[in-house]
Amino acid sequence: MNKFATYLFSAFLLLPAASFSVFAAGGGALEHSGVNVNDTASLQRGAKWYVNYCLSCHTISYMRYNRLAEDLDLSEDMVMQNLVFSNAKFGETMDIAMDPEQAKKWFGKTPPDLSLIGRSRGADWLYAYLRGFYQDETGGWNNTHLPNASMPHVLWRLQGIQTPMYRQETDEAGYTHEVIDHFVVTTPGTQSAEEFDRTARDIAAFLTYAGEPAQLKRKGIGIWVVIFLAFFTFIAYLLKAEYWRDVH
Amino acid sequence: MANSKSRVSSGANALLNWFDDRLPVSKFWKATMTGYIAPKNFNFWYYLGSLALLVLVIQIFSGILLAMHYKPSATEAFASVEYIMRDVEWGWLIRYMHTTGASFFFIVIYLHMFRSLLYGSHKAPRELLWVFGMFIYVALMAEAFLGYILPWGQMSYWGAQVIINLFGALPGIGEPLTQWIRGDYFISDATLNRFFALHVIAVPLALFGLILLHLVALRENGSNNPDGIDIKKNKDADGNPVDGIPFHPYYTIKDIFGVGFFLILFSFILFFWPEAGGLFLEHDNFIPADPLVTPEHIKPVWYFTPFYAILKAVPDKLLGVLTMGASVGVLFLLPWLDRSPVRSIRYKGLWYKILLGLFTIAFIRLGLLGMAEGTPAQTWEMRFWTLVYFMFFVLLFFISPKAKTKPEPDRVTH
Repeated sequence: MNKFATYLFSAFLLLPAASFSVFAAGGGALEHSGVNVNDTASLQRGAKWYVNYCLSCHTISYMRYNRLAEDLDLSEDMVMQNLVFSNAKFGETMDIAMDPEQAKKWFGKTPPDLSLIGRSRGADWLYAYLRGFYQDETGGWNNTHLPNASMPHVLWRLQGIQTPMYRQETDEAGYTHEVIDHFVVTTPGTQSAEEFDRTARDIAAFLTYAGEPAQLKRKGIGIWVVIFLAFFTFIAYLLKAEYWRDVH
Repeated sequence: MANSKSRVSSGANALLNWFDDRLPVSKFWKATMTGYIAPKNFNFWYYLGSLALLVLVIQIFSGILLAMHYKPSATEAFASVEYIMRDVEWGWLIRYMHTTGASFFFIVIYLHMFRSLLYGSHKAPRELLWVFGMFIYVALMAEAFLGYILPWGQMSYWGAQVIINLFGALPGIGEPLTQWIRGDYFISDATLNRFFALHVIAVPLALFGLILLHLVALRENGSNNPDGIDIKKNKDADGNPVDGIPFHPYYTIKDIFGVGFFLILFSFILFFWPEAGGLFLEHDNFIPADPLVTPEHIKPVWYFTPFYAILKAVPDKLLGVLTMGASVGVLFLLPWLDRSPVRSIRYKGLWYKILLGLFTIAFIRLGLLGMAEGTPAQTWEMRFWTLVYFMFFVLLFFISPKAKTKPEPDRVTH
């Protein structure tokens, strides 16, 4: 009887684990990006790549330069000389002068603000996206993780140009499709493959940080909060045990 | 020394007497705390009531601070939340307290309700206590839904769209009703503004009233216990239940330990995993609301997904809405569906363990399926578990009066 109850209970505990098959179905798995927001040097490099290659189109309207300086261990002078190309002041946000309507004419779509892209898409997606640009048959840019993206491959001078090699794949219904098997670098860039991976990782790390600047601090505070609460709970337990001594 | 000490305590006594002559302070304290006798065999499940109260306090406290910085306007809401996250001192902490608190509220309430299913706390004479609790649960769902629209992200907008449109399925009044709820032809600034008002004033006020009724009803008959037996049947010479202990100091002290333990779990989520992998804070809600772009996969937050799955399991929209309503409504009737002569699962017999086990699996499984994309195979599975969900109540009604029970003990056990 009790054995049965135990069995039922363990089956019930195992159920959620088995249930994750529900989610496994959709979408290909992303490669692990290896982003580490506590690596300040990586964030600094990411910020530099970002202001040089991305900020001309993509604002980070919720990010202030002075916050950036504080969190990334940079002085005001360093930020103003290396990261601010507009006439923005130190306490202002990472905005640009580009007119959204004009931008829409040029790209077909206004380049989105990337303040929270790290939270909506995640670091692994950003890493995959930045490494997923290729030149398709039309000679234009395309992306494995955002097909027919209107964004050109702005980092192509670094990565070079990669073209896809296809293979045939048969789906469940019996139709064969051409899918991208791997890329071949047809025009080399200024960075090696490893160097470019690091660049993509740094930018993804910077955007992950920019999505939630508080994440650098909250874990450090959290450790002390949990230590205090563990101590408090222990004392509360002793108090409870003392009060309950006469209850049998 | 001793003299000055007694002078202080006599001063305090005089002050208390002064108040007691004008307000029943001591009388109230005695009636609800020191003189309130509770069974001595409470286990883990009996922490949850006080924890629900704690989460309510956390929500009120963090909510007041959030409301000082939040802007309930369609053009400013999203930015004001990010302003709280970035520019307000400790704003991230306030917001994560509120978002983590919302999910923990439901975790606590679901476990609190499950306790009643385990030990039959809803059975006579505590039917009203359960019914008030159910009203609290429904008010809490309304509060969570209203609050979820406030960050004005994509899921706020489209989630609200789906839920409000459910009312549109009602024949005749549906369309005008949805318009009346929105205050506009589509979800707009007007909707956001009124949802804010309801979220910060109307529903919390209703919650307070209901919680008061819940507690008064609890004090009237006293707490049930894991054995489901009446401790008032066994009294000592002074007329005190032998298996009872005063709520204060025994359970107040014990609940402080529970609070500490709970806050450790709460802080782990808040400080180290506030998004909870997209369950507590959904990824798509970090994209500002856009009425022109429908997200690929609209789903409510985790605590609504069991009912969302029941809605999706039914092919017809009106029938689906009614079935979903019935899945919550049937819980109100629980005290009258459970016709067993005993309260606790310990003495109801094996049949109840199996039924409750299946019901629990159905609820969790429906919750997971409600989050999924919805393949045809999953739809059939949702239908199966929806059937299991409702069969629990049907079988409970028919089996409970006839099933053979095990003998209840005279005294409580641990």
